[in-house]
Amino acid sequence: MTPRVVFPNRILPYLLVAPQLAITLVFFYWPAGQALYQSMLREDPFGLNSRFVGFANFRKVLADPAYVNSLEVTAVFSIATAAVAMSVALLLAVMADKVVRSRGLYRTLLIWPYAVAPAIAGMLFLFLFNPSIGTLAVLLRKAGISWDPLLNSTDAMVLVVTAAAWKQISYNFLFFVAGLQAIPKTLIEAAAIDGAGETKRFWTIVFPLLAPTSFFLLVINTTYAFFDTFGIIHAVTGGGPGKATETLVYKVYNDGFVNLILGESAAQSVILMIIVIALTAIQFRYVERKVHYG
Amino acid sequence: MADLKAPASGHDKLMIGQSATGIYVAHAILILGILIVAFPIYYTFVASTHTLQTILRPPLPLLPGPEFWNNYSQALSGGVNRIGGVGVDTLLVNTTVMALGIAIGKIVISILSAYAIVFFRFPLRMTFFWIIFITLMLPVEVRILPTYKVMVDLGLIDTYAGLIVPLIASATATLLFRQFFMTIPGELVEAARVDGAGPWRFFFDILLPLSRTNIAALFVILFIYGWTQYLWPLLVTNSNSMNTIVIALRKMISFADADTQWHLVMVTAMLAIVPPILVVVAMQRWFVKGLVESEK
Repeated sequence: MTPRVVFPNRILPYLLVAPQLAITLVFFYWPAGQALYQSMLREDPFGLNSRFVGFANFRKVLADPAYVNSLEVTAVFSIATAAVAMSVALLLAVMADKVVRSRGLYRTLLIWPYAVAPAIAGMLFLFLFNPSIGTLAVLLRKAGISWDPLLNSTDAMVLVVTAAAWKQISYNFLFFVAGLQAIPKTLIEAAAIDGAGETKRFWTIVFPLLAPTSFFLLVINTTYAFFDTFGIIHAVTGGGPGKATETLVYKVYNDGFVNLILGESAAQSVILMIIVIALTAIQFRYVERKVHYG
Repeated sequence: MADLKAPASGHDKLMIGQSATGIYVAHAILILGILIVAFPIYYTFVASTHTLQTILRPPLPLLPGPEFWNNYSQALSGGVNRIGGVGVDTLLVNTTVMALGIAIGKIVISILSAYAIVFFRFPLRMTFFWIIFITLMLPVEVRILPTYKVMVDLGLIDTYAGLIVPLIASATATLLFRQFFMTIPGELVEAARVDGAGPWRFFFDILLPLSRTNIAALFVILFIYGWTQYLWPLLVTNSNSMNTIVIALRKMISFADADTQWHLVMVTAMLAIVPPILVVVAMQRWFVKGLVESEK
């Protein structure tokens, strides 16, 4: 509820919102409008003139096998990253919920990766796993596993997913710990008295009660994998080998900045915007539900 | 939310249905998890204390080598050839300016606009709120090219303003402050007004002190956000001397040719990682509280 008591002032409130409004209009709305407008134009290769082509760019982009490929890559990458980051974090959080001794220390030691830039996370993993000087790559080779993320597309995907998931474990861990602490201990003890074993207690009581936290984290992790991992892809694989790790955001950047296909890059931006709007809508519906029943 | 902070020491108490073995297993899994999570960072530190020759002949030893002072002083004073002789100190200054600028800038402009939206009534108030709110759905990544064009037109390429200003307007901080301000009882405002306090007096003497915890939490989150930016500095900086440390690091690494100075790269990586980690660990209490509460 807004306080009903307010300050009577005619000019001051406008001055207070002015800085944010100005920046928002110049750096958000103007470029977003430009992206919408450009997505309907096609320029000749020399950029001398452009004409209005309606939705032709969208049709072309969606029919392009390279774009469909990057949709698939993004889907695989996001699902794998969210799955790995969330399951590892859940396991650690459940363990941290059991212990009392040195719990604070464990948490301190687990939140480090949150502060590491995704691109740096990618470079560290590349340092460990690159075929020529990577220590872990050497060990893998000694163990008889052939491994080359610079040439093999599956290996490349595994590498970027590992780096992206590693970085996200801390965040998920903090939320799962908070979620677990909100579950009444009496509920779990009652089940224990009724003879339910530890595994059964987890799957029938704890896991369902964590559903809101898990769902929230799923949305956050998907958004993270979609947008914040550009640095990992750019620094580690550059979308390669071939186009095996070319995610949607990387493709927008590559087509727009490197290949200079402006209309299609803009159309891709608009498609991404629609994806963000969908993700945000899902997130807010969830928040709303939580307010009503939580 | 329950208190996240558990006593640092103390004995594990068994709940009904818990076995002592289960607790040991839990400790073991946590320690293993920490080892895996911390390993890449630890190994980067190890690599930053060895000579280039040692790094080029893997596997690398598990313990730090003797080259700590050598490598760090070389990276800090000499600069690295691949990034045009720009010293790591310049890169650190750039990154710190960017991270601080974004954190402080965002807090200032969003606390002001949230203040206006909650504590004043004026025409177009809700319109402004929605204009700000919708920017949640327009991350940089979806408007790369046109935003770059705006930057060129305004002459903001290779400037601190270019690195900072476009990133300081975002809805999240404004929404957070708005939510917090709405929990402040109207009686407080009334009392302040009866005592003759104007809007500025109320803002500085009452609202700011009350928001201290929120500001601290937000500061950590935004500082990390600014420090770890990648796409934006990649777009708006061309000259090596304006690079952030993350971007410079990317430029220093080349797997194709043999002359990547790995020992210096690893020093740079450490210097890029340690400051934000220190901020998070030192301000852990506010950070965890702010993160878990604000996003719920």
